[in-house]
Amino acid sequence: MDYFQIALVTLEATIRLSVPLILAALAGLFSERAGIFDIGLEGKMLAAAFAGGAAAAVYDSAFLGLLAAIAVSVCLALVHGYASITQRGNQIVSGVAINFIAIGATVILGQAWFRQGGRTPQLGGDSRFEAVTLPFVDTLADIPYIGDIYASLISGHFLLTYFAFAMVPFSWWVLYRTRFGLRLRAVGENPGAVDTAGISVTRMRYLAVICCGILCGFAGAYLSMAVAAGFVKGMTAGKGFIALAALIFAKWKPVNVMLACLLFGFLDALAILMQGRPLPLIGEVPVQFMQALPYILTVILLAGFIGKAIPPKAGGVPYVKER
Amino acid sequence: MDDLAIELKGIDKSFGAVHANKNINLAVRKGTIHGIIGENGAGKSTMMSILYGFYQADRGDIMVNGSKVIIRDPNVAIASGIGMVHQHFMLVDNFTVLENVMLGAEENAILNRGITNARAELKRLEEEYALDVDADAVIEELPVGLQQRVEILKALYRSAEILILDEPTGVLTPAEADHLFRILRQLRDQGKTIILITHKLREIMAITDEVSVMRRGEIVATRETAKTSVEELAELMVGRRVLLQVEKGDANPADVKLAVTNLTVRDGRGVVMVDNVSLDVRAGEIVGIAGVAGNGQSELLEAITGIRRAESGTVLLDGEAIGATGEADPALLRKRGLAHVPEDRHHMGLVLSFEENENAILGYHDDPEYLNGPMLNLENIRKAAQRSVEKYDIRPPDVRLKTANFSGGNQQKIVLAREMERDPIVLIIGQPTRGVDVGAIEFIHKRIIEMRDAGKAILLVSVELDEIRSLSDRILVMFAGRVVGERTPEATEGELGLLMAGVEEDQEAAQ
Repeated sequence: MDYFQIALVTLEATIRLSVPLILAALAGLFSERAGIFDIGLEGKMLAAAFAGGAAAAVYDSAFLGLLAAIAVSVCLALVHGYASITQRGNQIVSGVAINFIAIGATVILGQAWFRQGGRTPQLGGDSRFEAVTLPFVDTLADIPYIGDIYASLISGHFLLTYFAFAMVPFSWWVLYRTRFGLRLRAVGENPGAVDTAGISVTRMRYLAVICCGILCGFAGAYLSMAVAAGFVKGMTAGKGFIALAALIFAKWKPVNVMLACLLFGFLDALAILMQGRPLPLIGEVPVQFMQALPYILTVILLAGFIGKAIPPKAGGVPYVKER
Repeated sequence: MDDLAIELKGIDKSFGAVHANKNINLAVRKGTIHGIIGENGAGKSTMMSILYGFYQADRGDIMVNGSKVIIRDPNVAIASGIGMVHQHFMLVDNFTVLENVMLGAEENAILNRGITNARAELKRLEEEYALDVDADAVIEELPVGLQQRVEILKALYRSAEILILDEPTGVLTPAEADHLFRILRQLRDQGKTIILITHKLREIMAITDEVSVMRRGEIVATRETAKTSVEELAELMVGRRVLLQVEKGDANPADVKLAVTNLTVRDGRGVVMVDNVSLDVRAGEIVGIAGVAGNGQSELLEAITGIRRAESGTVLLDGEAIGATGEADPALLRKRGLAHVPEDRHHMGLVLSFEENENAILGYHDDPEYLNGPMLNLENIRKAAQRSVEKYDIRPPDVRLKTANFSGGNQQKIVLAREMERDPIVLIIGQPTRGVDVGAIEFIHKRIIEMRDAGKAILLVSVELDEIRSLSDRILVMFAGRVVGERTPEATEGELGLLMAGVEEDQEAAQ
C-alpha cells in the first residue's frame, strides 16, 4: 500500500470515528450552553444504540430504529432534566446515574429479549443504514487522486454522517442567529436575566435538554445501525466522555467542536492503523496509550496552549429565584 | 390633582413564618421620583418583586395607571409599562449591549430583521435620553456605571413608563451615582415615573420628590421630600431616635503603635497597587483613610495584616518589625495584638455556614481558653460567644444559629466583637458599616470611639466619606496607590473630594 492509500484509509476512518463524537459533543453543547452539565452523554448514546438496534431488528426498519433511539435518548434526557431543572438536583450525580442505568439496562434487556449475550440480532437490508454513493463517483474515478478522494472521503458515507456534519453549521446558526439560540445561551450565562425578561428559565432548559437527547439518539443510532450491524454491550466505549472532552477543548463552540472531534477521531484512526506496526526507534506503541491520547491531549492543551476554557457561567447551578 | 402611576392597596405577603409585607398601601404619582427607604429586610425588595410579578401577593390589589392589573409574571409587568433595574444586574456578561437589550423582545424567531430594528430603536433611545452606550460593546468589558445604563435602556426598549431601581448606587462610585441621578431627573422631566429603592438617606434627600418609609414590612410614613429631614426619616426607619453624628471628645494620641514606612505592594498582575506609602498610627487616635474604592486601600490593609506580601517597605507593630515583605502571618500578628476587621465580611470575615459561636472565635481557635487538649472546648466557646452576643446586642441572641441567618448589621457585629474583645494594641478596620443598617451603624461607631478612648491605635478604611469624617482624628487620602494628602476632620467634603479624585496638592494650590 502506498502512502497515499494509507492516508486515504486513515482519513476515511477519521471521518467514520468522529461522527458519533460530533453528534454527542453537539448534544452536550446544547445542554451545557443552557447551563445543564451533562456527564450522561455516554449513557444516553449507549441506551439509544441499544434501542435503535433492538427496534430496527424487531420491525426490520432502520427508520423505526432511529426513532426508537431518539425516543429513548430523549426520555433519559428528560430524566436528567427533571432531576436537575425541576428538582434542582446535582447534575453530575444525575448524569452518572444515567450512565449506570444505561450500562446495566441495555445488557439485561438485551439478554432478556434476544438471548444473544446482550447483543441485538444482526441487522441488514432495510434494518441497517447503508452507505450512500454520491453521483459522479464513476465519472471522476479516472482522475488520479481526486477520483479516489471523492470516492472514499466525500462519497460513500452513511446518511447519518452527512447529517452530523450538516449539524455543525446548523447548530452554529441556531445558537447565534435565532431567538431560540440567544435565549439558550443567555439561560446558561445568567438565568436571572432570562427570567426578568419574562422568559421561562425552566422551559428553555427543558428544550435544551431535549435537543441534547435528540442528538445523542442520532449518535447512538449511528453506532449500532450504521457502523456496526447491531448493538454490542458497552459499544460506546467512552465516546461520550471523549465528546465531553472535545466540548471543553472546543470551548463550547460548534465549529471548534467539529475540529476537536475530527482531531480525536484522527487519533483513534491512528491507533487502529498502528496496531501491530512498530514505529522506527520507538517500537510498538501500546494501544492503550493511543486510546488515552485524547484525554492527555485535552489536559495538556487546556493547561497551557489554548488558554482557559471558561464554561457557561450558570452551568451546573440550578436556578432558584432570588430572595 | 395628579394621576397615579402605581397604586398598591392592602398588599400582604408572607414567606412561611416571615411576614414580609403587611397591608401595604402606596401611591406613586405620575412623573415623579418616589423614594422607598427602609433598613435591610424591611420588605422593600419584596414589595417591588410583587409589583414586577416575581411573586404574587397573598392579598391586595395593584393598580397601574388607575386600572387594576393582576401581575402574574414579569411579562404582565412589562406589558403594563413597568421596567425594573435590579440591584444585581440582570445582564448576560458575554453578550453585547444589543443582545442584552433584545433578549426577550426579539420580534422574530430568526434574529436578522430584529437585530436591524433593535439597533435603530436603541440608537433612537440613546439619543432621546442621552444615554450613550456602544451597542456592540460586550457587557463584561463595560464599567458598572455603563452596565447600569444598559439595564435602564433595556427597560426603555420595552417601552417602560414606570422604572423601578433597586439600590442602584450600591455598586457605583460617587461620580457615577451623580451621573445616574442626572439621568433619572431627565427621565422624570420627560414624563417617566421612577421608584427608587434605597437605604441611603442622602440619596433620598438628593433626588426624590416623595418618599415612603418602610419598617418591618409596613409603610410607616409617606412624606414630601422637601418637607422632611434626614433626622425624621432615620427615626421613622429605625423606630427610635438615631444619632447620625457620633459624639466624641478630643483624642489623646500617645506613642506610635503602628508605623508603616515606604510600603509598596504589587497585585498578581504586577501592577503597583500601593506605592511607597508611609503612615503612623498612635495609641488613642483614629486615622482614617479616604478614597474611592480600588485605589489601593484594600491592598494596604492586606499587606499590613499579613494577608498579602509587600514588595518593599517595613511595618512596625508596637516598635517591633513585622515581616510585611516576608513571612508575615496573620495568625501570628493576631497573637501580637494586631486585630483586623476585614473589608468584606462574607469573603474574609466569616464562614457563613458556621454557627455564630464558631465564627466568634475564628482565628483565635488555638487560644488555650477554647481548647481541651487537641479538642475544642465547646462549653467555653459558647460561653464566650454568649458574652459577646450580650455585650454587642447581636440579634437574635442565639449562638447556635447559622451565621448566614443573621442580618448584615449583626454579622458585622460578630466580627467586631471577635476582634475588639481580644484587647488588641492596633485595630485595623475596613468598611465597618458596609451594608449595615442605620441602627447598627450608630452602635458600631460608638464602639469604635470607645476603643480609641481605651487607648487603642485604630486604622480605619472606608469608602463612605461621611464615616471617615465623623470618626477620624486624622484623615489620609489615597489615590492610585499613594497617600496624596493628610487633612484634619474639619476639612470640607469638597476639599477631600478633590484629593480623592487625584487633584494634586500643588495643582490645588494653583487653583
